[in-house]
Amino acid sequence: MAARRCLGLWFFLITLCVVSTGADVLHTTPVTGTESSAAGTETVVARELPEAPSDPGEHTAAEPTREGEQNDRTRGGEQTLGQPTREEEQEQEKTREGEQTPAQPTREEEEEEEEQEQTRGEEEFTREEEEEELTREEEELTTEEEELTREEEEQTREEEELTTEEEELTTEEEELTREEEEQTREEEEEQQTTAQQEEQTKRWEATELEEEHVHDAAVPPLAGDPPAADPPSPPPSKDDFQEELVIRPLHSGDIYASFQFRTVWDADFMGDQKVSHYRLFPKSLGQVITKFSVRELHISFTQGYWRTMQWGQPYLPSPPGAELWVWFQDTVTDVDGTWKELTNVLSGIFCASLNFIDSTNTVQPSASFKPLGIGNVTDHSFLRYATLPREIVCTENLTPWKKLLPCGSKAGLSVLLKSEKLFHSTFHSQAVHVRPVCQDPQCRTTSMELRQTLNVVFDLHTSGQGKREWSLFKMFSRTLTEACPLASSSKVYVDVTDNPQGEQFELSPATPLLTQAVVLGDRRTYSVYDLTQQASFGSSRSLNMLLRWKAADGEMLRPLLHSERYVAGYGLQAGEIHTLIYNHHPYRAFPVLLLSAVPWYLRLYIHTLTVSSKGKDNRPSYIHYQPSKDRERPHLLEMLLQLPPNSVTEVTVEFERALLKWTEYTPDPNHGFYVGSSVISALVPSVVAMDTNSTLDRPLFSSFFPCKEEASYFMRVYTEPLLVNLPTPDFSMPYNVICLTCTVVAVGYGSLYNLLTRTFQVDEPSPGLAKRIANVIRRFRGVPLL
Amino acid sequence: MGLLSDPNRRRALIGMLTRLNAPICMICYMAGVAWFMGLAFEPFTLRTYMSENAMGSTMVEERFPAGERALATGREFAAHKKKTGGMPVDWLVRTMQARGLEVYTQRFSRKLPFPDEDKERYMVKGTNVYGILRAPRAPRTEALVLSAPCSPGNENNQAVGILLGLAQYFRSQIYWAKDIIFLVNEHDLIGMQAWLEGYHHTNTTGMDWSPLQGRGGSIQAALSLELSSDVVTSLDLVLEGLNGQLPNLDLANLFYAFCQKIGVLCTTQGKLPRNDWDTTSGYSHAVQTMMLMVLKQASSRPWGDHGLFLRYHIEAASIKGVNSFRPYKTDATTVGRLLEGMYRKLNNLLERLHQSYFFYLMPSLTRFVSIGYYMPAFGLLALILLLRALDLWVQLSSPPTRTTEDGVEVVPASPGVLSILTPLVISHLTGVALYTLPVLSQELAVEHFPVSETEAVVLTAIAIYTAGLALPHNTHRLLAGEGTEQGWKVLKLVAVLYLAVLLGCTALINFSLGFILALTLVPLAAFITPHVPKTLSAVVMVILSPGLTLLFAVFFFQELQETPVTLQEGWMLYLSVISQGILDHALYGSLLYPLAALLVYPCWLLFWNILFWK
Repeated sequence: MAARRCLGLWFFLITLCVVSTGADVLHTTPVTGTESSAAGTETVVARELPEAPSDPGEHTAAEPTREGEQNDRTRGGEQTLGQPTREEEQEQEKTREGEQTPAQPTREEEEEEEEQEQTRGEEEFTREEEEEELTREEEELTTEEEELTREEEEQTREEEELTTEEEELTTEEEELTREEEEQTREEEEEQQTTAQQEEQTKRWEATELEEEHVHDAAVPPLAGDPPAADPPSPPPSKDDFQEELVIRPLHSGDIYASFQFRTVWDADFMGDQKVSHYRLFPKSLGQVITKFSVRELHISFTQGYWRTMQWGQPYLPSPPGAELWVWFQDTVTDVDGTWKELTNVLSGIFCASLNFIDSTNTVQPSASFKPLGIGNVTDHSFLRYATLPREIVCTENLTPWKKLLPCGSKAGLSVLLKSEKLFHSTFHSQAVHVRPVCQDPQCRTTSMELRQTLNVVFDLHTSGQGKREWSLFKMFSRTLTEACPLASSSKVYVDVTDNPQGEQFELSPATPLLTQAVVLGDRRTYSVYDLTQQASFGSSRSLNMLLRWKAADGEMLRPLLHSERYVAGYGLQAGEIHTLIYNHHPYRAFPVLLLSAVPWYLRLYIHTLTVSSKGKDNRPSYIHYQPSKDRERPHLLEMLLQLPPNSVTEVTVEFERALLKWTEYTPDPNHGFYVGSSVISALVPSVVAMDTNSTLDRPLFSSFFPCKEEASYFMRVYTEPLLVNLPTPDFSMPYNVICLTCTVVAVGYGSLYNLLTRTFQVDEPSPGLAKRIANVIRRFRGVPLL
Repeated sequence: MGLLSDPNRRRALIGMLTRLNAPICMICYMAGVAWFMGLAFEPFTLRTYMSENAMGSTMVEERFPAGERALATGREFAAHKKKTGGMPVDWLVRTMQARGLEVYTQRFSRKLPFPDEDKERYMVKGTNVYGILRAPRAPRTEALVLSAPCSPGNENNQAVGILLGLAQYFRSQIYWAKDIIFLVNEHDLIGMQAWLEGYHHTNTTGMDWSPLQGRGGSIQAALSLELSSDVVTSLDLVLEGLNGQLPNLDLANLFYAFCQKIGVLCTTQGKLPRNDWDTTSGYSHAVQTMMLMVLKQASSRPWGDHGLFLRYHIEAASIKGVNSFRPYKTDATTVGRLLEGMYRKLNNLLERLHQSYFFYLMPSLTRFVSIGYYMPAFGLLALILLLRALDLWVQLSSPPTRTTEDGVEVVPASPGVLSILTPLVISHLTGVALYTLPVLSQELAVEHFPVSETEAVVLTAIAIYTAGLALPHNTHRLLAGEGTEQGWKVLKLVAVLYLAVLLGCTALINFSLGFILALTLVPLAAFITPHVPKTLSAVVMVILSPGLTLLFAVFFFQELQETPVTLQEGWMLYLSVISQGILDHALYGSLLYPLAALLVYPCWLLFWNILFWK
């Protein structure tokens, strides 16, 4: 056990190193599965503990599953036995071996997994009950399937309790015996050679470990307790689900809530074998990924525009409307065809108009969108990127999105996702990201990660009635009562960075847990509410955080990087697109990649492209331009620009508005036509590196050289979409037009043609009847005719 | 088409047209004028109706409660304005920020070509302050604008107060789909021009402005509010914008609909709609209203801050609060509710306002005359020119052989290009001089004469205008021996066609201007020959010249506005109108001055030339 404990700490340290060095690596770096925070890596510091959970016993008893850790351990065990060809079966075997529970009906699992998938909803209901009465007797009364899963769970829970207890007991010892650990590290390194332990480390949630520390320090150590018996071998599970909610009070008095749900599944979608058994991972998505050989899929639906000047940077940026970008596997031969099919299928899954994505709004960025998961793919012919700026996001998109969650909207954080409140907000964005991630630090095998994110900003004046006071109930009209039973971790973070002494706002109930993370190049401090611990809910059995502002309105922010785009000029013939990119860093220049995809009906005059900063010409070091083809493909312009410090870089390009064919106009042509957001991808110097504030309490040795690791971080900024009016005929007057045209043709052309072609001859008027008779008589008489 | 292709019938038709030319022209002129006057007669006009579906069926509820508070804000604004002696920028920024808007400022400066004596300004420096209410869950693609000018003295404080009150109220509502920009502009039109140019990043008039930091996408509609008293008796809608452009009629309909709903007296041109169309006074009331609109439109200048929006295809109108001695008063809350209702409906718009008419005249706020109804009036006048041209063409193509019996002797069928070109060129050069010299030579004039810059410009313009009348003698000297009968006919043919094209184009862009010019220039073009009595004709011509037309228009306008002026005042007003016209061109790009100087005046000079042809 001691070895295991040391191992834990050791690997926690390793993770820290990996993670902190990985912070400045661009998105091309393989992403390990250890990330638990939204946009960056996480380091953890335990801070002072004002309040401690009162009863350790209750605390541990109430703590639900920690499936994740356990699962991973199991997985590690599996993988020591060599790469299984038929993974699932082997895993099943492992289960049988490891669990040693006679009642476990593992054999039926395979057959029943399909059914489970369908009946998960029911299960959730029962599980809720379970939470209240955790008795084995009841389980027997339930259906077989439920029994199956529940037992599994129960098992896990038991083990969990044991392990946590054990950990709690021993962590203090650990602290005391650091030196010992140092020594044992060598041993561990030996052990590390086996794959099993590597797997274990992978799953050590840095945060969790530290939190355990916190608890240990708080509660009186249970010195007398004998060390718990070794837990039974963890049950097998190849998927893991985590949920978290980050709440960030914004300067403007608004509040930002960011949900993240992550499902990691150790299934190899890219391999040959078919994946057909789904548990936590949504089957609808899994099938799509398999069928279309998708390596990575990123889809976002956003209603509203992120106000960087007031809100700072979002954890996950997204453009207004819908955005979809997909990396296909290199086995795909007909990428365009697959893309077309994929968009149509996704359109069905998300009830969105993604089927409007066609070749006229799809581009292949050459540099701006690199894979976020593992795999160093450089051939961008397998990448497709499209935006639909006009897409309107509403409940019909939210419902299918919620259905992808293991707990649906029944339990856990997702109970907060009620559309009547989510759409009573200033900004709403929901996204699905699927990517392959490493299973272990060596990255020998990959897992599929599904991240579902939902960001919402509530407005002070409209939702908050102007009162600077926020609570979960006020935001979502719900409170939290439990974690999702399927989740291995369920947490609520509140950003308290600007509020170290509680002078900005007051947060209640207070939480003893604090964690720090470097997010977007800034070191932030968060209060943590762990929903898997009953103590978080207090006596009222529901968690309703209350945030009361004390400080007055904040000024407008000066984010390091922000941008603005607009159409200049007037009239319906020509125009100019201006893109302004601000670098507010006082002394550092940094590069940005600007991508703009402009529809073909704005005919860009690329020779008029100018880039200037501080009044001087700024030559882009890389330009990728793909001209448009009418009715086939859009313009694609990608540029690598260096932004001088403290400057505004202006990119302008003129365009001409095309006259469309009359069937190409939308039903509301006078509304205008949309041009999607430009994407600015940048390596921004981080605030931590920029920090010159010497008043901050920091060790001297840490502050002489600027820290290299966190020198810059990756960021993406989307500009506003544009609404451009094209010359529009008056469609309400077809009748008049037809009449006028016909008249012009008949009168104008007809008469002109007539005059031009007709020859005029003086015609002898035909003589009258009397004259003719007279002439006949005259001919007879031989006199000249009349 | 047999009519034209049959030579006999064609000959007969042409014969009739040439024979009856003068009577037909007379009839056309009468008919044109009568038609125009008939436009104000109610049975001939259409009642206004809402064409835009998005604004029609969806009723909104107005709940703006805080009129009194808005007035208090207005008073506060007035106090700060007095304290800073101009735009209280800091106070406005703070107040708007406190109301939850994104606030930005824009500085601008402009040196006028010559001092503006009406508004007493020359070097203009100012700051616009605007706050953007960001619509929730909207991607910054569309915006609406509500503006109020920060005027010197005690004017428009209440407008700013209501603007800020509305901002506060609007901010707490969730239903906005378009960003709303609340703009307080300094130096009325100059500030507005700077802001619009900054917003659209164009520079048409050479003004200096600092670039805008925040935008809200393409602006769909704008209202400008002018209010100088706590209570109003009626609200006046001003539509006429730069170069005679008008906003979509639905904007006027919207205003009228809400005035009716809320129960506010509303006027246009300061005239209430009346129902007694069948009485003489009712008809003359409608004529007065329409004539005021025609004169305002013909002046080509923006009659409110909204006028500059129209260039950017933004539907805009000004709403002016009028406080007269009528007993029935409307308070600020009601005005606020009216604006709230209008903005909520504009917010519902799915497309730009385009369903209704862009070309119309309004004999009252409830009645309108669309382009299809008023164009025939102009068409009848323009027909005279075509008939005269036809007559001349026929005369030229069948040269009068009766003068000499030799038959072959009549050669002067081609009077030479030079004899036509010379007067054309000279008159246009005079026009160019009239356009450029007044502003350029102001310093010279100020040095040599005891006048101010503004007077110098105006008087130079009048001097050049008058000097142009000396033209025929010069032409004669240049073209010795060229003054043949054929010569003046060709010149007149050219001049008549020139005038027809000129007036036709003008009327399409700005009907009122085209019609007024046609009213004076067409009879003159019709009757002028070298053979009419010189002195009398010269007097008539001068009276019908564009310059004097403007003078009459000034008197007529004052008469219609029920503020008659004496001759002396009228003359002063005339001078200031000329200077304003030149300024409007320089500051906002009004086209009246170049049109008059470069095209209309030279055209008139051609006829002057014909009169003195030898």
